[in-house]
Amino acid sequence: MNDLTLWGLVLAIGAATFLIRYSFIYLVGRTGDLPPRISHALAFVPPAVFAALVVPEFVSYDGVLHVAPDQLGAGIAAALVAWYTENMFATIAAGMLALWTLRFLV
Amino acid sequence: MNAPDPTEFRRGARAVLPLIPAIAGFGLVVGVAAGNAGFSLAQAVGLSVFVFAGASQLATIELVDAGAPLAVVVLTAVVINLRMMMYSASIAGYFDDIAERWRAGMAYLLTDQAYALSISHYGDDPPSDPRGYYLGVALPLWIVWQITTVVGLLAGASIPEKWGVTFAVPLVFLALLVPAMKDRPSTLAAGVGGSVAALGAGLPLNLGLLLGAVLGVTAALTIGGGEA
Repeated sequence: MNDLTLWGLVLAIGAATFLIRYSFIYLVGRTGDLPPRISHALAFVPPAVFAALVVPEFVSYDGVLHVAPDQLGAGIAAALVAWYTENMFATIAAGMLALWTLRFLV
Repeated sequence: MNAPDPTEFRRGARAVLPLIPAIAGFGLVVGVAAGNAGFSLAQAVGLSVFVFAGASQLATIELVDAGAPLAVVVLTAVVINLRMMMYSASIAGYFDDIAERWRAGMAYLLTDQAYALSISHYGDDPPSDPRGYYLGVALPLWIVWQITTVVGLLAGASIPEKWGVTFAVPLVFLALLVPAMKDRPSTLAAGVGGSVAALGAGLPLNLGLLLGAVLGVTAALTIGGGEA
């Protein structure tokens, strides 16, 4: 691929990505609030997205089931700490310590 | 409109701190990949500055390296980044009093981490100026990303993978997930979203994540009792 084509590609992807990011931030700024049904549905985006970002790191399926025991164990430890403390720092610390313990000591 | 609230900015910057080593590790990987695929320094910087989205940058680099048709490369990057439209819609209501030029800049900085930390911080009681916290999270991510992709390309080095520093990223999302599952429909959204994403891990284009998000929300609205 020559240099000019590659630059065109980078700019095209950059522009498209910006439009995706700006889409609703722009629209809602222009028109005011979203219809109640839509904003009600959007309240469920955080739990759905957070879980979709988290779960495949511990268990995933792509024709075969993948379970990383050290990551799964660390994830369970972190989830328990998150449940009892609702503290971000404690959750990360517990998860990383559990990961290193399982990976290097067990 | 004057400067963003500095107290909120510091709060956001503190919240993003544990993610910095993970993002740095990811940035190094992307920089190394760009160098191996024959990107010049300027092109790698261009990709990081104009796109600023790790997974789609990595996919772009791999597809360019494999000689894929241009349309396929663009389409792949767009589909990988489509989840950000949900973030844009979900966070837009907090940004609607902010001046246009700020909103455009804040949209440019929208990432998984900036969205996730900010939306959890705002909750039902957003600060009077939502720009401070958001920028406190998003700007350090941007700076670290730009530096580490360059370092990765120049040095070709990376942090030993077995330290698992990138594991901090799912842990942050996990810390946000637990309090977000606050009632039956939101728990169902998480259960369906996580299961679908895990089952869809083999799908191309990061579609598992997008499908998980869409089906999780749909489940909450239809069978979760979360209808308006």
